[in-house]
Amino acid sequence: MKFRAWLALVAGILPVILIAIVVFLALYSRQAIHFNGWGFVARNTWNLGNLYMDPVTRHGFQVQPGATYGILFLIVGTLLSTLFALMFAVPVGIGAAIFLAEAIPSHLRTWISFFVELLMAIPSVVFGLWGYVVVIPFLSRHLFPLLAATLGKVIPFFAGPTGSGYSLLTASIVLALMIVPIVAATLRDALVSQPVSLREAALGLGATRFEALWKVILPGARKTLIGATFLALGRALGETMAVLMVSGNALNYLPHNIYDPISTMAAFIVSQLDSALQDPTGMAVRSLAEIALVLAIISVVVNGLARLLLLMWNNGQRVAAV
Amino acid sequence: MSTAASTLDRPLWKRRQIRLSRRIVSVGGWTLSGLCLLVLSVLMVWILMVVFLRGAGALKWTTFTTITQGNGGGLKNAIEGTLVLSLGALLLAVPFGVASGIYSAEYPNSPWAKTIRFLADVLVGVPSIVVGYFGYIAMVQWLGWNFSVTGGSIALAIICLPYICRTTELALRQVPNDLRDAAYSLGANERRVVLGVCLPAAMPAILTGVLLALAVSVGETAPLLYTAGWSNFMWDGHLTKSPIGYLTYAIWTFINEPFASANRLAYAAAFLVTGFVLIINVLARFVLERRARH
Repeated sequence: MKFRAWLALVAGILPVILIAIVVFLALYSRQAIHFNGWGFVARNTWNLGNLYMDPVTRHGFQVQPGATYGILFLIVGTLLSTLFALMFAVPVGIGAAIFLAEAIPSHLRTWISFFVELLMAIPSVVFGLWGYVVVIPFLSRHLFPLLAATLGKVIPFFAGPTGSGYSLLTASIVLALMIVPIVAATLRDALVSQPVSLREAALGLGATRFEALWKVILPGARKTLIGATFLALGRALGETMAVLMVSGNALNYLPHNIYDPISTMAAFIVSQLDSALQDPTGMAVRSLAEIALVLAIISVVVNGLARLLLLMWNNGQRVAAV
Repeated sequence: MSTAASTLDRPLWKRRQIRLSRRIVSVGGWTLSGLCLLVLSVLMVWILMVVFLRGAGALKWTTFTTITQGNGGGLKNAIEGTLVLSLGALLLAVPFGVASGIYSAEYPNSPWAKTIRFLADVLVGVPSIVVGYFGYIAMVQWLGWNFSVTGGSIALAIICLPYICRTTELALRQVPNDLRDAAYSLGANERRVVLGVCLPAAMPAILTGVLLALAVSVGETAPLLYTAGWSNFMWDGHLTKSPIGYLTYAIWTFINEPFASANRLAYAAAFLVTGFVLIINVLARFVLERRARH
């Protein structure tokens, strides 16, 4: 009994860490939350104010003159890049999962799946490096002009100017590649574990193999797919280094087309801490902490929801793949 | 039956048209899904080629023997820093992670174990930069450690902890209950059963999980940027108040420099980090595959 209690106590480190993260961020950013108010998420200006003048008191807080903190452009950038990334990653992930689960013989499946899912193991900063040296030149020279000349004629959001290659679309493509294995791996497991009798019944009714898969097997794995999409969403929202290196780190700017630079909440924290430290009142650093707090809460909610859905739908079985 | 009859009533050419359209959908579906897999494989190969070809060209003997100087030199300091930080993180995370894993595997239905499992999964999803900023506030500012080895290791340990917890739990669940029953029937107490019987039986899988966590921590950047800082010099042995270098920082910073010598350092660092991470993942997969087959 004593041993068990001791283990339970040590295991308590996990909840303690999670709570500590949220509490520390909340306490540290408390002044910023009061100073910024709800306008924090509605304003489009991140301005440290005039750093060469003495601090003034506004709303009872010491800040630099002219300082305003708004992160609307970050919210838009984060949401758009995540949305586009999901739009690429979910269909490709479904396709890859289908082919892995159904078309590849099982002795090869293990190793081909492993190879593709190794994408999950590659560090974020290496994706950033690849995006920076290869993807950006390729997109800005070849794909972007082509897209602008074709799709751009029809959809205004795709029209030029095509910019430098640091863009919403670049960030989304790199993000998509990072999250696609989550969808592919989880869905492949679910497809393989569907009961054989379902497939046999469909084939017996005269369905082709693809119809059996598309109309019978895949709908059976629908819930797993939704859960996996949420997991991928959580990952994309918080991805830092790769986005930092390819997104262009836009400041106070809303993208007018898909080739415009953006920034995300996670990447902004890294790119701005050095300059925020120049603010002698500390309000800039506290406002960055407020961004981190928002990000932490969003990711806890999204991931918690995804895990709860997957737990409920899989009869209490956890998803082993990711 | 009625639909089959009506299909047969149609003229032959129409019947074949229906079958043709179904065949087209079928072939199209397989082609599309195969293309998806092909695209992923090609991109994976592309990334590996960029990293390994350019990295191999950038690696020299002096990369391992000299420290970083301005925009050139070597990566000795960063290699040492990555090893120190990652091993420090494992030192902190392994005891807690394994203990949490044991608890949630051996008492799986207790509410506390369910909570731990769930929160471990949630903690995996917390963005690494949030952990890094938490580390900055809590350790660099509040505790006054400045940029330090301890701060960086603790931030990395927070990232590793849920992975180790989960792999330990999965490893212990593979241990058959007969083993536990046998141990209990010989009069062993709970502690003896878990530590003396189950843990040794699950040890290879647990170690594999620890190795995977090591791979994760070697590849992390964001939690270290504002906890460990960066240093051009070798680690001076101080646990706090002295920054330390690490390879992922070199990738991020030196690829943005306009100097070929700096870019070479970035490629070399990417080669080392990616190579290390991939080797560990492949090894781990072999170990887990072999165990699954037995």
